[in-house]
Amino acid sequence: MTGFGYGNLLDLLGCFVTLSLLSVGGAITTVPEMHRYLVAQNPWLTDSQFSASIALAQAAPGPNVMFVAVLGWNVGMASGGGPANGPLPWALAAAAMAVSMVGIIIPSTTLTFFAARWGQRNRERAEVRAFKQSMAPVVIALLVATGWLLTASHGNVQQAPLLWVLTVVSAMLVWKTRIHLLWLIGAGALTGMLGLV
Amino acid sequence: MPPSENSPALPEAEVQSPSLPRPASLTALFWAISGIALQGFGGVLAVVQRELVEKKQWLSTEEFVEDWAVSQIMPGPNVVNLALIIGDRYFGWRGALAALAGMLTFPLLVVMALTIGLAGIGHIPAVQGALRGMGAVSAGLIAGTGIRLVPALRSNAMGTLACALIAASVFIAIAFLRVPLAWTLLGIGLPAFFWALHRIRALAATPQGHP
Repeated sequence: MTGFGYGNLLDLLGCFVTLSLLSVGGAITTVPEMHRYLVAQNPWLTDSQFSASIALAQAAPGPNVMFVAVLGWNVGMASGGGPANGPLPWALAAAAMAVSMVGIIIPSTTLTFFAARWGQRNRERAEVRAFKQSMAPVVIALLVATGWLLTASHGNVQQAPLLWVLTVVSAMLVWKTRIHLLWLIGAGALTGMLGLV
Repeated sequence: MPPSENSPALPEAEVQSPSLPRPASLTALFWAISGIALQGFGGVLAVVQRELVEKKQWLSTEEFVEDWAVSQIMPGPNVVNLALIIGDRYFGWRGALAALAGMLTFPLLVVMALTIGLAGIGHIPAVQGALRGMGAVSAGLIAGTGIRLVPALRSNAMGTLACALIAASVFIAIAFLRVPLAWTLLGIGLPAFFWALHRIRALAATPQGHP
């Protein structure tokens, strides 16, 4: 397989730097654009490699931006000829992963850092207080809507009733109890592994 | 938890006192954020709220919602932005870097180990089932954390009714109508901003204003 090489590292960096600055709502909102760039426009990943990279990162702990590291890694690994092809694909994978992560993280965090400092310095201003007060109900509703959408992506209540029960029960437990969150995740993995949901 | 040197249960009005809980050092901050990140399956926000607001009490619920609002509005991964803001608040730019490193280092190692180790077994039905189940639970965790933050709206300058209306329309726009986030923020967030500005100025104009 040809395609991605060291000469493309700058292209990859440019792609993720741009997406970093556009990723309002999280890196996950730019997935369609990443798909266009890495799969459709360039022959760097297949469709199934792309979706598998995202699914795998979702199963790992940590911020979901980690899917970008997996994408970068798999771009280098696939174009280098796979893990059994000696040290070269591993080096290319590591370089592509590092470039992708730097590109997606540094621009947005730099911007946030200075914006948050500005907001903190001017926190007594009516505009800054109004911004924070008006955003509070918006972001709370966004969280509930995100939970809804994540489960809805597997089907509606008729298609996947037990999956919805699992989501609603976990939401109730988080809301009303102080049960450790890892128990809930473990229970979800177990019910899924047994084929119950 | 070690016994507190100061008398416990200070009234809300005295939360400015220097005994307010905060990270002891940059290393403590790094490890606290690392621990949080590694517990965050399918989203770290629920764990941040549990650990930093409820257990360690480094932030009040209101501060948490405000920081979260900034983290969501700015581009970039939300919890990464949130960690950065919290770190900066306590230790300046070095705190921001420590929190950033805590949020990314170990999750990156874990996800890379999974990528290399699980490359071949992603197609097994039991693995796919486990991923589905974990996904459904983490969706519940995110929604439940949102519901848990609702009490922060009680002191909101816009009033309870306006908050309920705004929250309901955002939910309908995103979950049912699938309006892109940018349009939702413009269409609902912007009017909400002007309403909040109006209320804040009205309250400031009335000395000891009636609610």
